[in-house]
Amino acid sequence: MKEKAIVQGFANNLEARNRKGLIWQVVFQASTIVGIIALIALLLNIINGAFGYVAYEAKVDPDTLAVDGVAIQDQNQEQLVARLQSTLSKGAYNKLENQKPFAERSREEVYQLVVERIIRPQVVEVWNLWLSLTQADEIRAALAQEHPGAELDFVSWLTYDFVSRPQTSEPLTAGVRTAILGSLWTILFTILLAFPIGVGAAIYLEEYASDNWLNRIIQTNINNLAGVPSIVYGILGLAIFVRTLEPLTSGEVFGLVDPTTANGRTVLAAGLTLGLLVLPIIIINAKEAIRAVPRSLRNASYGVGATKWQTVWSHVLPNAMPGILTGTILAISRAIGETAPLVVVGASTAISFDPSSPFSKFTTLPIQIYQWTSRPQEEFRSLAAASILVLLVLLLSLNASAVLLRNRFSRRF
Amino acid sequence: MKNNSDHKYVIETHTLDIYYGSFKAVTGVNMKVERNAITAIIGPSGCGKSTLLRAFNRMNELYAGTSIKGEVLFEGQDIYAKEVDPVEVRYRIGMVFQKPNPFPKSIYENIAWTARIHGYKGNMDELVENSLRQAALWDEVKDKLHQSGLSISGGQQQRLCIARAISIKPEVILMDEPASALDPIATLKIEELMQELKKQYTIVIVTHNMQQAARASDYTAMMMLSGEGERSGTVIEFDQTQRIFTIPKDKRTEDYVTGRFG
Repeated sequence: MKEKAIVQGFANNLEARNRKGLIWQVVFQASTIVGIIALIALLLNIINGAFGYVAYEAKVDPDTLAVDGVAIQDQNQEQLVARLQSTLSKGAYNKLENQKPFAERSREEVYQLVVERIIRPQVVEVWNLWLSLTQADEIRAALAQEHPGAELDFVSWLTYDFVSRPQTSEPLTAGVRTAILGSLWTILFTILLAFPIGVGAAIYLEEYASDNWLNRIIQTNINNLAGVPSIVYGILGLAIFVRTLEPLTSGEVFGLVDPTTANGRTVLAAGLTLGLLVLPIIIINAKEAIRAVPRSLRNASYGVGATKWQTVWSHVLPNAMPGILTGTILAISRAIGETAPLVVVGASTAISFDPSSPFSKFTTLPIQIYQWTSRPQEEFRSLAAASILVLLVLLLSLNASAVLLRNRFSRRF
Repeated sequence: MKNNSDHKYVIETHTLDIYYGSFKAVTGVNMKVERNAITAIIGPSGCGKSTLLRAFNRMNELYAGTSIKGEVLFEGQDIYAKEVDPVEVRYRIGMVFQKPNPFPKSIYENIAWTARIHGYKGNMDELVENSLRQAALWDEVKDKLHQSGLSISGGQQQRLCIARAISIKPEVILMDEPASALDPIATLKIEELMQELKKQYTIVIVTHNMQQAARASDYTAMMMLSGEGERSGTVIEFDQTQRIFTIPKDKRTEDYVTGRFG
């Protein structure tokens, strides 16, 4: 194109303006790249811990358990039960029988018991994925020297067994089922508390409350509450739900537990505490979503003589629902990863039975991860890495279902 | 609210002032709206035409901080009286807005929902068809009643809004620049429709378009900023449309309608 003739008072600065724009574009791209690198590093770090070589030694050499030349792993159920009966103490054997009669257990289950109770493999050392891949020979050599009897296996700490087994103190047999169920139960009560109350409060503040100083103070403080450190909510939860409302949160008022042993440190107390924690987030997001419903729609409704309630219920809420659900997704993600308030409220650190009611003792995935990372033994850190992967998958699947729900709402016309 | 139509005028205002907070947007309006006629409110932008219109069915109360002084009588009764429910006022005095605003529901449901909230128990299909016919929309949408109300053209959407408004048989229809977002053909359709509707309803329309007021209305109120340091709107002249456009009494009206200013 022919250059425009210079008009007096104007500089020909198009090139400079474009250059400036380009510089900013590069800056923004760089920020995005930094974020992505941080995410990748995080993921690599977790994966690095969740896979790798593990060396373990059996307390009892399986070869010594062979009967008539049949190795222990090939023996039938009766032989295995007989082995358990002869090796374990009478009390221990009867306890297992009481939990579930041996006749009802599968051969696989009995074999697992033999491994756990008699062979008892112990972790000697673990290596992360990077070392396992790059220094396999050195690892083998060192192990042969230091622990000649140890076996070396390349394992994924994240297995189906890991997800489906309850927690134990043995790293090789520990699982996170207890923690997953604990997290799900807790989140259930968090949603049950925070969603209706949060949306209700948002509707009131946006549609009903008049713009006076009192309501303005309330709104400001809801915004402030969203920034309060989560540990403070833990202390609040401890005071209110665990102590003051103990009869309720322990299930005592429903006659489910003995008053003398009632304990408020339950799934219900934890769920309600996290509910308080995410309530301001839900209120703020729901308020935004409700405010974003166009005025023309409200006018249309009021213009045909609809009452406030009819307008809110039939038009404002359905149209704000995708936004409200987006806010709820954020809130759930926050709640499911919370650790500090649950430590204060009193999550159990070592329980092996699943939560079965709102009044169960509980642990959650973040608590479990925190627990395992703080142990000195290397192998627990691998377990923690595997649990983090489980937590991420749980988080993503909860979010995915919420997104699906949201899309269903927004597809209506 | 009582239901009597003995009064000569459907809506009357007496020294009506309208405030946004402490700002007086409209001052001292005295207006009488004739039954089964089209009354147009014209004037330059920002002179309070829409504000005045919204005061006729208490829609202005949905905007924070508005208040009025003086009175608005509907069939002789003050609609701002304590015992009057604004919802009932809006039920009997319907409104059509500048931008077509069908509900994000099906065409059928736009009318059915409106009827249902007022407890309509009769034959819904019939009501939907009649309302759409009255709004001269039936032939265009009868095959797609269950499509979204937002899927039809802007002009059709506006007629759907009119159908929705008349489905609950209001006594007055207020129209706030109903054709300003539409092309000339759609505008003409709306104007023809208004002539049809005025046989049954009383219509008050705000318009920017002087030709539209001249073509379509029976009475015209000319609004202009005046008084209070030229910051507050008021009706400077109110008469039969023909007289406003041919022998205006006020110099400002004359200048405006002849296009000399504004």
